[in-house]
Amino acid sequence: MTPGIRRTGIEKTMKMVLMISALASVLIVLLIFLFTAKEAMPAFREIGIGKMLSDTTWRPGNNQFGILAMIAGSGLVTLGAVFIGVPLALGTAVFLSEIAPLWVAKIVRPSIELLAGIPSVVYGLFGMVVIVPWVRMIPAPGNTGYGLLSASIVLAVMVLPTIANISEFAVRSVPRGYKEGSMALGATKWETISRVIIPAAKPGIISAVVLGLGRALGETIAMIMVIGNSVILPTPVTSNPLSIFLSRARTLTGNIAVEISYATGVHESALFATGVILFILIMLVNSSARFLMRKGARS
Amino acid sequence: MNKRSFAQNTAFGIFWLTGATAVLIMVFVVGYIMVKGLPGISADFFTTSPRGGLSGEGGIYSTIVTTFYMIVVTLAFATPLGVGAAIYLTEYSANTESRVVRKLVILARFGVETLAGVPSIIFGLFGYALFVTALNMGFSILSASLAGACLIIPVIIRTTEEALKSVPAGYREGSLALGANRWETTWKVVLPAAFRGISTGVLLSAGRIVSETAIFFVTLGGSYRVPHSLMSGGRTMALHVYYLAMETRAFDKAMSTAAVLVGMIILMNLIINTITSRISAKQG
Repeated sequence: MTPGIRRTGIEKTMKMVLMISALASVLIVLLIFLFTAKEAMPAFREIGIGKMLSDTTWRPGNNQFGILAMIAGSGLVTLGAVFIGVPLALGTAVFLSEIAPLWVAKIVRPSIELLAGIPSVVYGLFGMVVIVPWVRMIPAPGNTGYGLLSASIVLAVMVLPTIANISEFAVRSVPRGYKEGSMALGATKWETISRVIIPAAKPGIISAVVLGLGRALGETIAMIMVIGNSVILPTPVTSNPLSIFLSRARTLTGNIAVEISYATGVHESALFATGVILFILIMLVNSSARFLMRKGARS
Repeated sequence: MNKRSFAQNTAFGIFWLTGATAVLIMVFVVGYIMVKGLPGISADFFTTSPRGGLSGEGGIYSTIVTTFYMIVVTLAFATPLGVGAAIYLTEYSANTESRVVRKLVILARFGVETLAGVPSIIFGLFGYALFVTALNMGFSILSASLAGACLIIPVIIRTTEEALKSVPAGYREGSLALGANRWETTWKVVLPAAFRGISTGVLLSAGRIVSETAIFFVTLGGSYRVPHSLMSGGRTMALHVYYLAMETRAFDKAMSTAAVLVGMIILMNLIINTITSRISAKQG
């Protein structure tokens, strides 16, 4: 073989190899979906998807596989985390992009970076040792500290970096001219931020929150450690409706992780079905975030 | 005017407060783990293995070994694939005329974005069904690394793409003008120039493996013994924290292990930031 032919040969081979690696992600996504769906089929067939989604009783020994309680658990803990975490994350994002002097930003930004890097099991441990005893001090019948409130607080800290980073990016990408125009018209800096910059960054900020939602729904280990893991439909423990957050719960993710290692037969299949439902839920959340971001970029 | 500046001062005060809160949370979490965890750390802690059972006694030696194995094997699967994908997306498919290639790129990007959003327990479930059960690899470092690779491939693709994009177009044009083909240009000119950027991506991925628990919880088995091959099960340091806290209730040991973990993450962040600031200094 002459060197020239060899060179083109390598070039062509590499091009194919690289193209295949580029498509590997698609293939993995496809494999994940097919495999989980295939394993979930017996459950969907024998129990029925409607029954799984609407039944609150999960008692594998009794052949009852309703996951509504876990859907409520995941939903409520995510809601709680968003309620606590979003104001903090958005405040930090605006602070970093518009207000903080450089030296302050140089402290705040690495702090958030570190918060993002802390392993979820460490957050779980911190929750068990610090947050749970705090929550236990709230006087309410049956309150052990483990439950939705502790889990929401831990989750709020965990999604803070995601939401703060993406919304800071959104605030920063507002064209400079908007700000200059507003200031030139005599608006104060705060009036400019609240009436010009934040409205302009709104699609990006909303998609940041939605992406945070997706991340919250997917969190597993930290949730197992602090949420109590009881399969019950959360209900208020006192006459105050907010005391629903003192209830123990289980998330969809926790349901899979806790039981998969010993489950067999329909029980195992029902856990895969839980996975399929979680996967679809998160795909919906993430693609709506991407849709919002694109819409925001276009306008 | 007074009312307007009052509104501004109040609002800015609140923003300063939220910024300070974010820092305080970090200081509190990291500080608490360190204060409670560091006193339990000695040379013995690193060199002895957990004694197992429900005692919670012993150190973390075997979990360090397993963590190291997991990092190496996972990166060995994910790095070539991730870097290769990034090269295709930035070097080979940019400015292409071909409609087919453009469609492929859109498909590939969709794949990467989707993969990046998949929660880790789903990777675990997938790894459990495919590698542990169907392919008969059992609870092992091999199964867990293959599942873990799915988690970090998007990370490596994204950081490598950034690194490749920051290589000036002139490098490529010069090389191509001298008669080198696309692959020779990529291999001998672009990749060396992007090396530092790519290495931050690899380091970031190593951090993800160190931190990950959910995937390994369902694919690695959890044995506290020192692994002797790819087919051995094991537990990483992060997984060890989980077992100590949830099963043996040995919170002091869990805190010490967590302190080592957080220390590693801080160190990795410092290295990444140093490399990144050097890159931007070079370009600036």
